[in-house]
Amino acid sequence: MSLPQFTFLAPTSLSEACALLEKHQGKIKIKAGGTDMIVRLSHRAVKPDFLMTLKKIPDLNEISYTPDKGLKIGALALLREVEISPLILEQAPMLARAAHATATVQIRNMGTVMGNVCNASPSADNIPSLVAMNAIIVASSGKKEREIPIDEFFLGPGRSALQANEIAVAIKVPKLAANSGVSYQKISARSKVDIAAVNIGALITLNEEGKCKAVRISMGAVGPTPLRASLAEEFLLNKKITDETLAEAGRLAAEDASPISDVRASREYRKLMVEVMTTRALKEAAGFASQRVVKCKSS
Amino acid sequence: MKKELITLNINGDDIEIAVHPWRTLNEVLRDQLHLTGTKLGCGTGDCGACTVLLDDQSVSSCLTLAIEAEGHKITTIEGLAPEAATENDLENLTLDPIQESFIAKGAIQCGFCTPGMIMSGKFLLDHTPNPNEAEIRAGLSGNLCRCTGYNKIVDAIADAAEKISPTK
Repeated sequence: MSLPQFTFLAPTSLSEACALLEKHQGKIKIKAGGTDMIVRLSHRAVKPDFLMTLKKIPDLNEISYTPDKGLKIGALALLREVEISPLILEQAPMLARAAHATATVQIRNMGTVMGNVCNASPSADNIPSLVAMNAIIVASSGKKEREIPIDEFFLGPGRSALQANEIAVAIKVPKLAANSGVSYQKISARSKVDIAAVNIGALITLNEEGKCKAVRISMGAVGPTPLRASLAEEFLLNKKITDETLAEAGRLAAEDASPISDVRASREYRKLMVEVMTTRALKEAAGFASQRVVKCKSS
Repeated sequence: MKKELITLNINGDDIEIAVHPWRTLNEVLRDQLHLTGTKLGCGTGDCGACTVLLDDQSVSSCLTLAIEAEGHKITTIEGLAPEAATENDLENLTLDPIQESFIAKGAIQCGFCTPGMIMSGKFLLDHTPNPNEAEIRAGLSGNLCRCTGYNKIVDAIADAAEKISPTK
């Protein structure tokens, strides 16, 4: 179906973009890659008077890394760029795996990681690994920037903590602590192409005795926002990593999940898959942590 | 609302054209420029029938605003065999190796998915000259076909890869 009519805005600076956002409040939508926004326009899920692209704003697509500040992924970095970036593959390969697990080749050549995050879908592929790694969303109002911890970013399906005059400009990912590992696991009916029925991100840090020193588990598509598996995290702290403790963590994660039944999976199936995939994610993350490597092959 | 005059570089030619900002690249290619080789399937980026290359990257033309394609190099299925697109001279038809392989391997049935499949195949082989079967299937995972069962399309891509970048 043809798109509804709109006035197209293509600001060339962040301050210009934020001023337009403020001026046209309630009547304007932002697009980056457009792979979600154009579909929503086409379906008349949104009918803005103004559509503003971020594509003409310079330097928003940068991916950088410094040992003290960690990784920074610009708002316009494409899924494909994150998937193959040597910096990401070296420093946070699970972010590359998650980007690779998103949609189709064509969508990854167009869509951005930030767009996937800002749409705030509970099932978004790129959110659980970012939550596990305790990422920060940098929001700009054109005049000043503020940093939003990712745990506080998602308010509900499609709702984020961004203010009406703010644009999310970058994702910061802290450098991984020593003896840490991360995993991203996803299950869906049609392999990668499909939206996740359940997805799990996990980060584990081990101490010298191989006990769990820190752990963060994020569960997607089992609640209105990505959920932390708090019961499982509390249980694992200071415990030795064994098949038994990991199985119990999986069981506790399923207790924290509150999925609905929908076209992609039933509530019961989702609960079972949370258990299986949390255990699987923790096992892989602990494996990387004990090898003192963060590298992995994206699957 | 006013149309904007933009210049699109399509298959090597600069074309000046007036478009409404809400028109997709797919609409402009098919309805305004009559380059109907590029198909429109689902219109939501799921089926891959509308795939074109933008600066050599495969994209869904149904999700691309024409106005945002200005300044980029657009390649459509017509651009892979330029002779065939401009002249109706079947005797001297020169096709892209991927197109030849699709014909040779029987990878075309109704033909609706074929242009998108071939553009995805081109993007794959540009980056992975000698793909294994799993890589071919992953490379085509954004393109749906309701006729062939995919096996012959996979064969065709493997055949084209061997022609373009021989392993022996």
